[in-house]
Amino acid sequence: MATMQKSLQNVMNWVDERLPVTETYEKHLSKYYAPKNFNIWYIFGVLSVFVLVLQLVTGIWLTMNYIPAGDRAFASVEFIMRDVEFGWMLRYMHSTGASAFFVVVYLHMFRGLIYGSYKKPRELIWILGMLIYLALMAEGFFGYLLPWGNMSYWGAQVIVSLVGAVPFWGEDLAIWVRGDFNMSEVALNRFFALHVVLVPLALIVLVFLHILALHEVGSNNPDGIDVKATVDDEGKPLDTVPFHPYYTIGHDLPAIVLFLFVFCAVMFFYPDGGGYLIEHPNFEPADPLKTPELIAPVWYYTPFYSMLRACTYPLFGMTAKFWGLVVMAGAIAILFVLPWLDRSPVKSIRYKGKASKIFLTLFVISFFILGYLGTVHPTPMKTALAQLCTGIYFAYFLLMPWYTSVETTKPVPTRVPD
Amino acid sequence: MGGFLKNLLLVVALFCISVQIYGAGSNYPLMRMDPDLDDKASLQRGMQTFMNYCFGCHSLQYQRYNRTARDLGIPEELMLKHLIFDPDVRIGSLMENSISEENAKQWFGAVPPDLTLVARLRGGRDINNRPDWLYTFLLTFYEDTARPLGVNNLVFENVGMPHPLVNLQGLQQKVCKDVPQLAENGGEMRNPLTNEYITENLCGSDLIARGISPLQVVEGTGQLTPEEYEVLVYDLTNFLYYVAEPIRADRERIGIYVLIFLAILYVFTRLLAREYHKEYH
Amino acid sequence: MGHDGINQGRRNFLIGATSVVGAAGVVGATVPFVGSWSPSAKALAAGAPIRVDIGKLNPGDILGPIPAWRDRPIFVVHRTEEMMSRLNSMNDRLADPDSAQEKQPDYARNETRSIRPDIGILIGICTHLSCSPKFNPTIAPQAYDSEWVGGFYCPCHGSKFDLAGRVYKEVPAPTNLEVPPHFFESESVVVIGEDGEVA
Repeated sequence: MATMQKSLQNVMNWVDERLPVTETYEKHLSKYYAPKNFNIWYIFGVLSVFVLVLQLVTGIWLTMNYIPAGDRAFASVEFIMRDVEFGWMLRYMHSTGASAFFVVVYLHMFRGLIYGSYKKPRELIWILGMLIYLALMAEGFFGYLLPWGNMSYWGAQVIVSLVGAVPFWGEDLAIWVRGDFNMSEVALNRFFALHVVLVPLALIVLVFLHILALHEVGSNNPDGIDVKATVDDEGKPLDTVPFHPYYTIGHDLPAIVLFLFVFCAVMFFYPDGGGYLIEHPNFEPADPLKTPELIAPVWYYTPFYSMLRACTYPLFGMTAKFWGLVVMAGAIAILFVLPWLDRSPVKSIRYKGKASKIFLTLFVISFFILGYLGTVHPTPMKTALAQLCTGIYFAYFLLMPWYTSVETTKPVPTRVPD
Repeated sequence: MGGFLKNLLLVVALFCISVQIYGAGSNYPLMRMDPDLDDKASLQRGMQTFMNYCFGCHSLQYQRYNRTARDLGIPEELMLKHLIFDPDVRIGSLMENSISEENAKQWFGAVPPDLTLVARLRGGRDINNRPDWLYTFLLTFYEDTARPLGVNNLVFENVGMPHPLVNLQGLQQKVCKDVPQLAENGGEMRNPLTNEYITENLCGSDLIARGISPLQVVEGTGQLTPEEYEVLVYDLTNFLYYVAEPIRADRERIGIYVLIFLAILYVFTRLLAREYHKEYH
Repeated sequence: MGHDGINQGRRNFLIGATSVVGAAGVVGATVPFVGSWSPSAKALAAGAPIRVDIGKLNPGDILGPIPAWRDRPIFVVHRTEEMMSRLNSMNDRLADPDSAQEKQPDYARNETRSIRPDIGILIGICTHLSCSPKFNPTIAPQAYDSEWVGGFYCPCHGSKFDLAGRVYKEVPAPTNLEVPPHFFESESVVVIGEDGEVA
């Protein structure tokens, strides 16, 4: 037994002299000291990585049987569902995984909002995270065209035509994106390459940088306390525990299993999610001559789609469609500068004033309402509501420099409370 | 979790419960159809109806004969003999038909669509994706002389196909019916002396509002009674429900095992996690 | 982390138990990925047995390389009486006259390598490097064999097989032509790709 351990040690030494395996393991796992007060909001980062791996693996396996040609794509998906052994499971894992990815990422971002994880010195982590979010939205958009169902086709048709709203170059830009005068299999072919190769590579690189940036400054915590301010004689922060095994096994492992339980419950019993995970018009092939009754993007884009549709007035010589595009892009862009909008002396919502709590609540409610509105036909009343909620959404950000500096905050302890 | 976040979650939960999402589509109230994938006899009858009355125009091009035979419990020789009419077709072939697209466009104005996935395309949003729309569709064809093919449909307005089962159901017509009047409390009014219903003559949408079909089969035009026809339509819809997702029954069965396993694994990982948790809490 | 109260025994048990259950889960999770590589229903359908009608195949004629079974060309040879009598005349020139090597089903390990002596069913792929051998039933000296008494000749590298597909000595091909599983459904229909029921 002792000789086996010694041989293993020898092997590791040989490797470590050539590749810093043990050093990396210690720096990022067994000697990465994380605050000891992580709560349930801190599982969503790990879950995001888990779902990323799930999507990569199931995606690769789907590519083994999927055919990215206009006349064969739809049939190849049914081939996977019926003729490939367990193909149906691979397909449902991937479609459920896509929605699960957004659920997990939105909750992960929400954690950032409530605990001020974007504040100095973590601004770059937040920016990298926003780039990941953008890449993820692109990935979902490209991926949704691939089954070449009727909603795939018309959803892509609508969103790409948005590009046409850009003044002067809009039309040419839309043609360039499509590679054709109308949505056709030319777009299908290129979206396939983007979805399977380019964006996944970008995602992997961005996630890697995101985690690296995090480990460089250390994790935040629900109280927003700077744990590095109090260290022991060896320089290790007092209110922390090694990430492995206290968080890997003590926190994340059961969380992953619980997540899998919910995920499998959806995948095995409700894979179409009542038409929200797999939209029903997608069960017939793409038909340029037959528009679905209601073209709605998949649920994770609907808040922004609502904002787009809420802009109904032309202004300053520009069309309402153009302003819709500006507002929609602005809603995502403003997230990037959040670290500089928050002027609060404290990080976590636990110690912020009433104003922050009220605005955050309104922000969340309006986001949900916008999400719902994006799934239904617009009516004058619903459009007015969307306009109101868009206003609230932007108010959360645009007024933040003001309300975070004037509100009364609570004093933050120096040590993590028990 | 702090008080603020708890309140926030409560608000979100209440919001989700209170939102009602209306499905788009026809106004005619759909009749409920509860499919039963375990009823193999029903599925077999449904397949027989489909092959005899629908397959000439509508293919099932993503489904194979041998898969259907296996799932429905039909021996392959019997399927070849009774349900496959093309001698060149092998048991492992896809269920494609040979209607000419040109002819179809001429006759109907459009190519009859493949129906492999129609039960999912028109399926309900409930967890069982109930095929209520298909069921109601097959029951509500009626005579309409204004239409080129002479029929219309209550859930599919201006449908472009003839009624393939008209010989079985008979030709339905939109009629007015004598129905009991309703009192203010919702009860059906009766004549207190004769105890007979006091009736009124209602038509069209008034009948529909009362939950009564505005259609009536013309006597003698159908080979089946309305009850028999409903069973036939149930079986046909059941079959289409199966063919839209043949793996459905299996996926639910496997799902139960997976969830039980994950529950057990969760218990172990929770206990193990608590071991480490004890150290720093 | 020197805390009192760490029950190392309990911890080790839980680590072990969780690992075992977890490992079972991992194995289960690989099933769809490994399983999806199995032949699909489409491949199975394409690889299904074929039915060949030999009712119009005259003695001395050959059917092939169409039809194919599993993308392999099939030869169906209707041997004449005379061809059958010739079959054993040159066993000394054959490398494996008794079909000792496993290139045929058990019911074809006989003099004629077939169920019916007059119908030869062979996979038309040269056992050297997979070229397509040519059928030459004539009894006449050939450029490749001065004592040719009929059989198959592979033009790629000169391998020779007799009318039952048995390989000659001193040719590149190492084994006899393969005989696929087959059975006779009736006098004129042979099913290739499946063994029949044991008689």
